[in-house]
Amino acid sequence: MSDEPLVLGIETSCDETGVGIVRGQTLLVDTVASSVDEHARFGGVVPEVASRAHLEAMVPTIDRACREAGVSLRDLDAISVTSGPGLAGALLVGVASAKALALALGKPIYGVNHLASHVAVDIVEHGPLPEPTMAMLVSGGHSSLLLVPDVTNDVRSLGATMDDAAGEAFDKVARVLGLPFPGGPHVDRAAREGNRLAIDFPRGLTTGRDLERHRFDFSFSGLKTAVSRWVELRQRAGENVPVADVAASFQEAVVDVLTRKALLACKEHDVEHLLIGGGVAANSRLRALAEERCAKAGVVLRVPRPGLCTDNGAMVAALGAQMVAKGREPSDLGLPTDSSMPVTLVQA
Amino acid sequence: MTGALAARVACSDSLTLVLLLAIDTSTTAITVGLHDGSGVVAETTTLDARAHAEHLAPGIGAALATVSAGPGDVTDVVVGIGPGPFTGLRVGIVTARTFAFALGIPVRGLTSLDAVAHQAWLAGRRGDLLVATDARRKEVYTAAYALGDAGARRTAEPTVSRAADLPDELRALPTAGRGPALYGDALPHGIELLDVSGAALADLAVRRLADTTSPDLDGTLQWTEPGRGFDGLEPLYLRRPDVSPAAPTTKSTLG
Ligand SMILES: [Zn+2]
Repeated sequence: MSDEPLVLGIETSCDETGVGIVRGQTLLVDTVASSVDEHARFGGVVPEVASRAHLEAMVPTIDRACREAGVSLRDLDAISVTSGPGLAGALLVGVASAKALALALGKPIYGVNHLASHVAVDIVEHGPLPEPTMAMLVSGGHSSLLLVPDVTNDVRSLGATMDDAAGEAFDKVARVLGLPFPGGPHVDRAAREGNRLAIDFPRGLTTGRDLERHRFDFSFSGLKTAVSRWVELRQRAGENVPVADVAASFQEAVVDVLTRKALLACKEHDVEHLLIGGGVAANSRLRALAEERCAKAGVVLRVPRPGLCTDNGAMVAALGAQMVAKGREPSDLGLPTDSSMPVTLVQA
Repeated sequence: MTGALAARVACSDSLTLVLLLAIDTSTTAITVGLHDGSGVVAETTTLDARAHAEHLAPGIGAALATVSAGPGDVTDVVVGIGPGPFTGLRVGIVTARTFAFALGIPVRGLTSLDAVAHQAWLAGRRGDLLVATDARRKEVYTAAYALGDAGARRTAEPTVSRAADLPDELRALPTAGRGPALYGDALPHGIELLDVSGAALADLAVRRLADTTSPDLDGTLQWTEPGRGFDGLEPLYLRRPDVSPAAPTTKSTLG
């Protein structure tokens, strides 16, 4: 137990300053300072506001994580940090801080991919990842379907969104419905009171040639436009907008496409385990429908608890610990950040 | 107690107890200086306006290696707090804060423009001086100084503006920094001193630490508190953030 690698992970790719500490496959602490409230009034994450908040939160968050875990920095075996993808200025704060820790403490550093970290975090929740695992990552920044033979060095992209990320569609539809930012939890809540079959919104890239050419890709911008138009027509006609029904029907269109494609990918690649991660994985209807369809298809579903689905430092530490355990070479102290780091590149 | 450090600085037979690390990333230079109490013992500087985070940590490692020291030998950290382009500036500040935190040693901030003026003073320049560095967006960060025999004294506080909008009496001064190279019409009297030097910053910091005429400090220096003769550890942004939300492809509001 105690000879398992003790790794501190830093995540600053968007608006959360996350610091997590993992020993092997055990989560010791997951500390997050969020600047989401500062962004809410702008209806989206403002990069410079996020970067300023990261700078202020960075050292206090590291300090808090160590205190809560009862870990001394000197005891760490390695530092890991998100080197991409994400907001360039935000990534830089975390990477510079991680390098300073690694340099001061004389520890190896692993610059890792944010998306692979979203997959690896489930190891601290549900144990070792079956190889291969199918992973679907859905959030405000990503909608990806990944075949993962080895999360430390072999992640293959099967498909991704062609336009909006799933979570972004939630934000935009929330705005149309007069619900607060961030939209995901509010749409989810409103949808519980509504009828998900009330309105038949379009399912992007699910039929005919679209399905052939973009088998595992997603598109949510057509859906978002359809919702806006539907609401606008009602308003123009002076009718009430049934917010709960629109939310439920929109949400159903999103999760229907996501789960359908994820299970198609499992079937065609002969994979028996599906992992869903990213902030949208906290959506209650996505979880319910995924469970239903996985059970029917004989696929084992893994979804980390909501707190580990959103961006956090624990996921970066979890991947770092896997890197150490598998004997992967550390990154160089000159490692760069890469705001558009490809998902297939696990380590910088 | 910083008084003890000041004493070490002043007392020549215990100089080896001091190893001050100075960092600045507010200009094109990613620059690191090491001072052992009697003088600057190492400097590494890389000119790269777009890759501060890549060069800084290796630069610190290289500077330490030249004096056969390790990170654990560093006793004090000083960082230039700008003003400077935000992204690069933060790299230096977060590096200094984290490095010092990890080692449990004090970290202090100094206005980066002061280090440029101090370097001019070290080179023997006297009289009035304007420092004007690149603020991007067709603007410059400036501060003015009077260089006397005792050192460079700030006479106009840091500000950001178009070079042409500065008062005529400031624009008429000899000017250090990249401002004159960028806006020669508005700043015609450029001198050969473009960026912050880690060595000059380290030298300025040690002098401020040793200056017993400054108001005294209490013993424990927290990284959030400005100390005697220092400027705190908050970046000098001088501009509010732009508030347009991120491009959808890179933003992740839900993780
Ligand atoms: Zn994410």
